[in-house]
Amino acid sequence: MPRLAFDPEKTAPILISGRSMAENKTGIWRSIRPQIDKEKCTHCMVCWKYCPEACVDIASGIPEINMGYCKGCAICADVCPADCVEMVEEVAR
Amino acid sequence: MTIKTSIPESELLSAGHLACQGCGATLAMRYALKGLGKETVLVTPACCWTILAGPAPRLSVGVPLLHCPFATAAATASGLKAGLVAKGDEKTQVVVWAGDGGTFDIGLQALSGAADRNEDILYVCYDNEAYMNTGIQRSGGTPQKAWTMTTQGKGGSERPKKDLDSILEAHHIPYIATVTPGYPEDMVRKFKKARGIKGFRFIRVLSPCPPGWKHDSSDTVDLSKLAVQTGSFALYEIEDGAFRLSMKTPKRKAVGEYLKRQGRFRHLTEKDIVEMQEVVDAAWKRYESRS
Repeated sequence: MPRLAFDPEKTAPILISGRSMAENKTGIWRSIRPQIDKEKCTHCMVCWKYCPEACVDIASGIPEINMGYCKGCAICADVCPADCVEMVEEVAR
Repeated sequence: MTIKTSIPESELLSAGHLACQGCGATLAMRYALKGLGKETVLVTPACCWTILAGPAPRLSVGVPLLHCPFATAAATASGLKAGLVAKGDEKTQVVVWAGDGGTFDIGLQALSGAADRNEDILYVCYDNEAYMNTGIQRSGGTPQKAWTMTTQGKGGSERPKKDLDSILEAHHIPYIATVTPGYPEDMVRKFKKARGIKGFRFIRVLSPCPPGWKHDSSDTVDLSKLAVQTGSFALYEIEDGAFRLSMKTPKRKAVGEYLKRQGRFRHLTEKDIVEMQEVVDAAWKRYESRS
């Protein structure tokens, strides 16, 4: 299974006792996917604040959800004050 | 572009951890570590976080984490702290991170001992109100009438939730606080504050659990806020015996709003809900008379 392959580009640099759990790409758990409407987004970062996966990247000033880890819990869609996150069905590729 | 965030941006929780979708306990850990910072070591007895931390040598937090047997979290942390001090490290914060089973029931004896000795550690109980990791069995933290695997068919848990905060208060420790992930700023503030206090500190986190409370994973933050807004869970601090509410809710929402969103309370009748409202109102009379 390539699921646990180490990805030096994407693994968080917080390796204390060996290796980070960031090797574990939990994105494969997801059945629904959040989609941010970039035009409606007010950059309030509330989605980042409440993400239990800590997988919303806000470094660029615009929230970017890392689909490698997002489990599709839909908390971001629930808490977004601008109502700009929509959950869409994942389709098999 | 610089962004102003209301809680620290640095992250000590790594993505890829093994929590269920919408887990309240991971949000709790995320905010706790934001408040505590890197110079922290966690001690974890058997609980959900034993799994969420990941199988060795992998780890989902950016600080060292020591697994210990169920009943020994507070004792292990006491020893760890003594060891660090013996090696000349007075700075590292030793934190117990235990569930309600390992705190209310199985770890209570070690917890009481450490509190009595006023060990210089921070004990955090993330309270999801049942043994969630083993499949939702009733614990001392389970609220009255809540469904669990071991209270089904009896109209839910027969006994009321154990008042652990009062037990801890009776140990005369310097700091007790309650927090919940619906209010991250409050959480980060209290963890920062607890870090700066010497002696035994206790923080209880109300942590919504989608599979155990039978609610949708997207409702975690909402329910955490509703628990506070309905008064079912009060945010307070007890510093050297002085009680202070962190959030006064003069117009509390009806408790039913909180209960009806959770499948574990689905069997409740209107009469049950009225009874539970009375319990909450009585608790608030006590809080308000103290602050």
